[in-house]
Amino acid sequence: MAKELWKGNEAVAEAAIKAGCRFFFGYPITPQNEIPEYMAMKMPQIDGCFLQAESEVAAINMVYGAAGAGARVMTSSSSPGISLKQEGITYIAGAELPCVIVNMVRGGPGLGSIQPAQSDYFQACKGGGHGDYRLIVLAPASVQEAVDLVQEAFDIADQYRNPVMILGDGMMGQMMEPVEFKEVKKRSLPEKTWATVGTKGKRKPNVVNSLYIDAADCHNHNVDLFKKYAEIEKNEVRVDTYNVENAEIVFVAYGTTARIVKNAINSLAKEGIKAGLIRPVTLWPYPYKAIEEAAEKASVKAFMSVEMSMGQMVEDVKLGANGKKPVYFYGKAGGAFPTPKGIAEEAKKILGGAK
Amino acid sequence: MAHEIIMAGFGGQGVMAMGKILVEAAMEEGKNVSWLPSYGPEMRGGTANCSVIVSDEPIGAPIVTEATAAIVMNRPSLDKYESMVVPGGALLINSSLIDKKATREDIKVHYVPANDIAQELGTDKVANIVMLGAYIQASGAASADSIMNIITQMFAGKKATVIPLNKEALLRGAACIK
Amino acid sequence: MAVVFEKTRGLAEKPFHYCPGCTHGIIHRLVAESLDELNLIDDAIGVAPVGCAVFAYDYFNCDMQEAAHGRAPATATGIKRVHPKSAVFTYQGDGDLASIGAAEIVHAAMRGEKITTIFVNNAIYGMTGGQMAPTTLVGQKATTAPYGRDENHAGMPLRISEMLATIPKAVFVERVSVHDVKHIIQAKKAIKKAFQTQMEGKGFSLVEVVSTCPTNWGKTPIEALKWLQENMIPYYPLGNFRNTEEVK
Ligand SMILES: Cc1ncc(C[n+]2csc(CCOP(=O)(O)OP(=O)(O)O)c2C)c(N)n1
Ligand code: SF4
Ligand SMILES: [Mg+2]
Repeated sequence: MAKELWKGNEAVAEAAIKAGCRFFFGYPITPQNEIPEYMAMKMPQIDGCFLQAESEVAAINMVYGAAGAGARVMTSSSSPGISLKQEGITYIAGAELPCVIVNMVRGGPGLGSIQPAQSDYFQACKGGGHGDYRLIVLAPASVQEAVDLVQEAFDIADQYRNPVMILGDGMMGQMMEPVEFKEVKKRSLPEKTWATVGTKGKRKPNVVNSLYIDAADCHNHNVDLFKKYAEIEKNEVRVDTYNVENAEIVFVAYGTTARIVKNAINSLAKEGIKAGLIRPVTLWPYPYKAIEEAAEKASVKAFMSVEMSMGQMVEDVKLGANGKKPVYFYGKAGGAFPTPKGIAEEAKKILGGAK
Repeated sequence: MAHEIIMAGFGGQGVMAMGKILVEAAMEEGKNVSWLPSYGPEMRGGTANCSVIVSDEPIGAPIVTEATAAIVMNRPSLDKYESMVVPGGALLINSSLIDKKATREDIKVHYVPANDIAQELGTDKVANIVMLGAYIQASGAASADSIMNIITQMFAGKKATVIPLNKEALLRGAACIK
Repeated sequence: MAVVFEKTRGLAEKPFHYCPGCTHGIIHRLVAESLDELNLIDDAIGVAPVGCAVFAYDYFNCDMQEAAHGRAPATATGIKRVHPKSAVFTYQGDGDLASIGAAEIVHAAMRGEKITTIFVNNAIYGMTGGQMAPTTLVGQKATTAPYGRDENHAGMPLRISEMLATIPKAVFVERVSVHDVKHIIQAKKAIKKAFQTQMEGKGFSLVEVVSTCPTNWGKTPIEALKWLQENMIPYYPLGNFRNTEEVK
């Protein structure tokens, strides 16, 4: 198929439909409105269901119900709305239901701004809701990658019976790029024998639930969840690297920021400074190993986490580097973004100091 | 070669469409492209802009901070974006609506009376196409033929009558570049 | 020259950012004038919504808090419990109040919170670009109802005033409009009455103002006013649904 220009938000919606998603529950919020709007236009044409919920709290609980009932289901929002969805997300994780949640992040805290940001790293990767649970978090850096990852996200969710979050930002949602909708490789998926579809009088009732009133039972449920999470950590880590070989400074950045960093790397190269990039594609599970391996390279003098936040992922970079090399941070928050120039200057400062 | 362009003006001047037509055309020529709009209620207040990149290389940041060209359709946009053009870059000024001159001397400045030309052709609506014609003539970011292909596809069917008007606008814009 | 029009002291100096023909500006002025004329403005504390009126915190010349989307009645409850003598008000759109904030408004009314809510019903989500609101009319198009609101899919528009009027401690509930001078005068009367009810300590008060959004309705300001009269008012009849005289 030839490439077509797609706006990030609309491409994400179309990708979900192509992946077999027929249920979408959402609530308007900038900068992701084109996702529900696209779903409102398309779902009625393909016998799917788009519903605008009365709130994000309701939307995520509609997702809970539909996922428990065995459907491929998605919701999308942006930061303040995702905060509201956290209640539902922890219930979905606790009840082990598959679904896809898109977060086109904007500046916070509070009402913040509507411009692109990456300050939801913590609420995506480190809980957000209560209890010990993990969300699988995928961070595309282009509209094409968003399309590919959304399609796969539904399979990943089904395979592990776990919610998957696509973590983009306002820039990803709003920009247009050429996209090709490729056939993604389908995983062989377990049957949803646990779903509430009616017993038909042929089996014992299924119960979708996250309550384990006995502490020991609840503990065991957590242990089981963590066996599953270990499996995901083993199988699903994804990372992209650029020029890490012989780099003196290794940037770590995800999503659209990684692209800004690439510009900085190329301008540093013109000045004879070797810089590389580690771009986590999965934010959970996190590619600690790629960081660790780079930290062990003699050429690498320092890491720099570059984010559209005041410094959130940098904590994971530090865990990966494990004290072997210094880890610096550079970022802009609230909807402002680091520029290639700013990044390059900061890197030169660090290298000057690290020599 | 990478063209990194800021296009800016009042909402309703067609700056978003100008950018979209350019990236569509350049994509058909096999180039890498991206288009990023400003968004949100600020557009209601009047100004709209988009970052457009056309490149032979894979595109890094989709947001333009060091522009090879800025196309400004109104005065506030000139004030805001003149400084963003890299030395040696181009600044295209809609001289029908902006009476101020550029202050930089290290860039190439083109004054294009886009609205005057558009009005001569019968409608202000094509001022953006006049400007686009001037820009592709100055930069070579896409050919006039590819632009016309896209415009023809856009207006295929009922609105096909406006195609010649757009072509005229594109050519008149190109003729402004000496 | 005699002064024929003076900006009320209830409004700050900041110019409004609203679209041409948007009725938010008129409603701001009515609220501000009422607070000023009742001598309440200096102690008043307002709560701004999330919606086009979010910057109300810059426009009213009194202390203001900005609430999370839909939560203004809860925020106002907190304020009123700390400052029971102040006039406390929320200013909310239909998405804010009737959708995400439906629980907060019902419970503030149920408790008889001594606050005043100005509810601006323009049958659309203005701020976010024209999505369906709970008050969007059947058949009315919105970006998330591109084929028009279908009552079998999205239900029937909520009549908030009628609903809240069933709550015993919602002691003043009136629906008004601002599409012409006559109605603007009536609207102001209702807003004043609502604040008086609050200050008399009688209970919860709300004024619903049927309003326009020319931008997202895709209409000129004049067309929008006409559309409001012909379509909104038949479904959202103007009038008083509750006032203190009936309350014992
Ligand atoms: C939790 C949360 N969800 C969604 C939004 C996005 N949002 C901003 S304003 C708005 C709706 C505004 O509509 P309305 O209350 O009708 O006010 P209007 O703009 O029409 O005056 C929404 C959904 C938000 N800011 N926070
Ligand atoms: S979008 Fe609608 S409600 Fe908002 S300011 Fe404009 S006209 Fe008023
Ligand atoms: Mg509204």
